Amino acid sequence: MKQGAAMRMRLRGMIRKESLQVLRDPSSIAIAFVMPLVLLLLFGYGVSLDARYVRIALVVEQADANTAGFTGAFAHSDYFVPQLYNNIQQAEQALMEHRVDGIVWLRNDFSARLLTGGAAPIGVFVNGVDANQSRITKGYIQGVWQVWLAGYAREQGQEPAEPVALEPRVWFNAALRSRDFLVPGLIAVIMTLTGAMLTSMVVAREWERGTMEALMVTPIRIWEITLGKLLPYFVLGMGGMLLSVAMALWLFEVPLRGSFWLLAGSSALFMLVALGMGLLISTVARSQFVAGQIALVATFLPAFILSGFIFQIGSMPEPVRVITHIVPARYFVAILQTLFMAGDIWPVIAANSAALFVMMLLFLGLVRRKARKRLD
Amino acid sequence: MHAEMAPLPALAIDGVSKCFVAGDKRITALSETSLQVQAGKISGLIGPDGAGKTTLMRLTAGLLLPDSGQIRVLGVDAVSDPLQVQSAVGYMPQRFGLYEDLSVQENLDLYADLQGVPKAERPARYRELMQMTALAPFTRRLAGRLSGGMKQKLGLACTLVRTPRLLLLDEPTVGVDPVSRRELWAIITRLVRQQGVSVLLSTAYLNEAERCDDVILMQEGRMLGHDSPKSYSESMRGRTFHISSSALARRSLQNRVSALQGIIDAVIENEKVRVVTSRAEMPAIASAVPEATDIRIEPAEPVFEDAFVARLKSTAAVTGAWLPPGHVVAAAAGPVIQVTDVQRRFGDFYAVRDVSFSVQRGEVFGLLGANGAGKSTTFRMLCGLLPASAGELRVAGRDLRRAAADARSRLGYMAQHFSLYVNLTVLENLNFFARAYGLDRSRRKRRIAWALEAFELADHAGIDSGDLSLGYKQRLAMAAALLHEPDILFLDEPTSGVDPLARREFWQRINALAESGVTVLVTTHFMDEADYCDRLLIMAEGEVLAQGTPAEMKAHFRSEALPAPTMEDAFIGLIERHAQNKGVAA
Repeated sequence: MKQGAAMRMRLRGMIRKESLQVLRDPSSIAIAFVMPLVLLLLFGYGVSLDARYVRIALVVEQADANTAGFTGAFAHSDYFVPQLYNNIQQAEQALMEHRVDGIVWLRNDFSARLLTGGAAPIGVFVNGVDANQSRITKGYIQGVWQVWLAGYAREQGQEPAEPVALEPRVWFNAALRSRDFLVPGLIAVIMTLTGAMLTSMVVAREWERGTMEALMVTPIRIWEITLGKLLPYFVLGMGGMLLSVAMALWLFEVPLRGSFWLLAGSSALFMLVALGMGLLISTVARSQFVAGQIALVATFLPAFILSGFIFQIGSMPEPVRVITHIVPARYFVAILQTLFMAGDIWPVIAANSAALFVMMLLFLGLVRRKARKRLD
Repeated sequence: MHAEMAPLPALAIDGVSKCFVAGDKRITALSETSLQVQAGKISGLIGPDGAGKTTLMRLTAGLLLPDSGQIRVLGVDAVSDPLQVQSAVGYMPQRFGLYEDLSVQENLDLYADLQGVPKAERPARYRELMQMTALAPFTRRLAGRLSGGMKQKLGLACTLVRTPRLLLLDEPTVGVDPVSRRELWAIITRLVRQQGVSVLLSTAYLNEAERCDDVILMQEGRMLGHDSPKSYSESMRGRTFHISSSALARRSLQNRVSALQGIIDAVIENEKVRVVTSRAEMPAIASAVPEATDIRIEPAEPVFEDAFVARLKSTAAVTGAWLPPGHVVAAAAGPVIQVTDVQRRFGDFYAVRDVSFSVQRGEVFGLLGANGAGKSTTFRMLCGLLPASAGELRVAGRDLRRAAADARSRLGYMAQHFSLYVNLTVLENLNFFARAYGLDRSRRKRRIAWALEAFELADHAGIDSGDLSLGYKQRLAMAAALLHEPDILFLDEPTSGVDPLARREFWQRINALAESGVTVLVTTHFMDEADYCDRLLIMAEGEVLAQGTPAEMKAHFRSEALPAPTMEDAFIGLIERHAQNKGVAA
C-alpha cells in the first residue's frame, strides 16, 4: 500500500475511534454539551450586572408638593422599588436588615430651603457591601435626582442651575443590558472548556488506561495521533461555538452587528489555540485528575476571570493587567464583544487575531516539540 | 564459530543499560544486559518484580531510549529507527490498551486501520482471529463488558490483525483464569509453529516457563541465565525431594521442614511436601520431626521452578517464629463460617445461586472460579458489605443480617488491589488502620511494633506506601489486616501480580496463621496455590461446581491418559464439563 493511503487509513481510524468515544462517554458529553448549556442559561438568565428593581427607602420627614414630586420620580423609574419611611431610624433599621439597598433622606427643611433658593441637600446612603452594585445604585439615584431637578427648574420658569448640561448617550449597548456582553464573552469560556480541558483529559485517559502504550507501538506517527485528537475536538468546539451563537441570537436576543464569517474565522483560530493548550497539558499530565486540575487553573479560570468576560481588564490593577496579556481568551473576548456589539471594527479584530495567531503558533509548536512516541 | 550462517536473531540486545530518575533516587532498571532472542521460538522472560522485564520490552518496542548499548529488532536499530521497528512488531503491554467504550469489532477495526491492513484482506483475517479466540459471538459487545480472559484474548487479537514478525507480550496471562490462560497459550504456540512468528513474553507463572523454548532469567536488571527450561531443571537433578508422613499434616510438615538448614524451599504439592535442598543430598530431618514416625523421602523430578527458586532465594526465609509466641486462637464449637443456600440477584441476573459451604477453625478454604464466577460477590456478602437476596450467612457465630459489624470486628480483610493510602508512609498506614480497628494506645503500640518486625517493614517505615514494590505492598496490606488479631482472614486474590518469591513467603505466613488456629478464606487464580488449601469450592456462573479437598477434586479426573492430574487439569475439566452440561440442557 502506498504511504499516503496508509496514512489516511490510520487517521480515519483514529478520528472514528475518537468520535465514537465522545458519543459513548457521558463525561465527554457533559463537558462538551451539558456544561456549555448550563453556563449559557446561567449567564443569559441568572447573572446580571445591572441594577434593576433596587429597593430604596425614601425618608420624607415633612411631606408636601415638592417632596411628592421628588418621590414620584423614583416611583416612576424602572430601576427602583421605593418604600416610604417617616423617620431615618426606621430606614436605617431596614438597611441593616437588608430589606432595602439604599436610603434617600429628605429632611424636614427640604421644601423650605428649596423655596428660599438655597441649597437643599438630600442624604443618600447606599449599602456598600457589594461595591459594584452600590456604585451603580448611587449613579442611578443621581440620575433620578438630576432629571427631577431639571423638571423642577422648568416648572419654575428658570434655566437649569448648571451652565453645562450632561446628556449621556450609550453606544453599542444602548439598553445597558449586561447579557449583551456576557453571552458573547461566554463563547470563549465554552471553547476553552472543550479545547483545553476536555482534550487534555481525554489524552490523559489514554495514558491512564494503558491504551496510549499500545497505540504507540503501531506504525502510527506521533503527529497523526496529535491530528487524530485535534480534528474531532476542533469540530466539537466549533459545535459549542455554533450552539452559543444560536442561543445568543435567538434565545437571548443579543444582536450580532459584525459578520458571521468573521466570527467563525476568529473562533476557529481561538479553537486551535485552546487545543494547543490542551495538547500541551497532555504531554505532561498522565492522569485525568492532574490534567483536569492543570486545565482548570491554567486555562478555564483565566478565561473566566482574566479575559474581560466579566471583569473589565481596564479596571484591574497594573500587575494583573500585565498578566492578562498571556491569557489567550482575552484577545478572543475582545473580538467577540466587538463583533457582537459594535460590528466589523477591523483594527480591533486584526490586532487581536494577530495575537491569537502568534499564540497558536507557540502552543502547537511546543506540542510538536514535546510530543514523542516514547515513555521517558 | 559455526561454519554455516546463523539465522538472524529476532532481537539482539548488546550491552544495554537503562536508569530511571525518580526525585533524588536513581533506579537501575537494566545494567549491561546482552541477549539474543532466536527467531521462530517462544522466549520467556522470567524474574521477580523489579527484574527489568517491562523495561526490556519497552526498549525493544522503541518506547524507551537506552542509556547505553545497542538494540536491533529484526535487524533494525530500535534507537535510530523506532517507527520501522513498530511496523514490524506486535506489542501487548501489561494492561493491554483496549478501548473499553468501543465494541470488539470497533477495536479490531481501529487496529486494522492503524496497522494498515488492506480492506479486502480484513474479513478473512477477522474470521480467523475470532475463531482462534472464540470471540465470534461477542463482536458487537463493548470491550469493557468482556470478562478478564476475553479482554486479554481480544487484546491479543488486536495485536495480531497484521501478523507481526516479532510478538512482544508483557505478562499476558496475569489475572486471567486457567481456562483462558490455556487458550492464550494455544494461540501463541500455534502462531509460532504455523506462521514462524518469534515471541518474547514475560510471565509471573513459573509453570508457564516449561512451555517456552528458551527462558531468560532476570533479577534486578541483570540476566542470570538464558537456556532451555530443560537445562534449567536438569541442573537441579538430585536436589529435589518429596517428603510425606501419615502422622503429620502436610502443612505442619512443611512448616517444620522449611526452618531447617540446607533446605532452600519447601512447598505443598499434592499430598506431599516438595523440598529443594542447597546441596545434592537430603539433610537429616528425622530429628526435626520426631512425631512423623513413618516419614518417607523420595527423589522428585526437577522442574524449572526449582531452578528459579534455587537461583533467586538463599533460604526458606519466613519461619513460624514470626507469630508472637503463644498466639493461638481459642477453639470454636461448630464451623467458623457457615453459608447456607445463599443467593444474590442483581435485577434478574443471579450473581450467586444456592451456594452452601462451611469452614472449620484453622482451615484454609479456597474459593476458585473463572472471572465472573461469583467469587467476589460471595466475598462481599461474607464481609457484610452486600446483603444476600436469600439464604443465611454466619461468620464467627453471628448472623450477618443482624450483627454484621460485630462479625466484621472478628475478621481481617485483604482486598484484591491492596487498599492502602499510597501517599501515607508505611507507619502512617499502620497507625490509621490500628485506629480504624479501635485499638487502644498500648495495644496499638504493641501491634505496630509487631507488624514492623514480623513483616520486615521496619526499614521501610518512613517510605510512602505507593513507592513500595508490589511484594512489600502485599506485606503491608497483610500486616494491616492482622493488626487487630482477627480469628478469621479473608483474602481476595492476595497474590495477583505478585512475583513467585513473594507469593511463597506470603503462603508461609498464611500457613503459620492457620497452624495457630486462624481460619482463612482465600480466592486465587494460581492453581498451585489451590493445592495449598485444605478444602476448595469451585464456582462457575454463580453456582457451585464442586467442593472438597484438592486430592478429591483431582481424583475425579484421573484416567489412563492422565494418571496424575494437576489442580489445573481438575479445574479446567470441571469448567468444561459444566459448559457441556449447559449445552445439553440448552
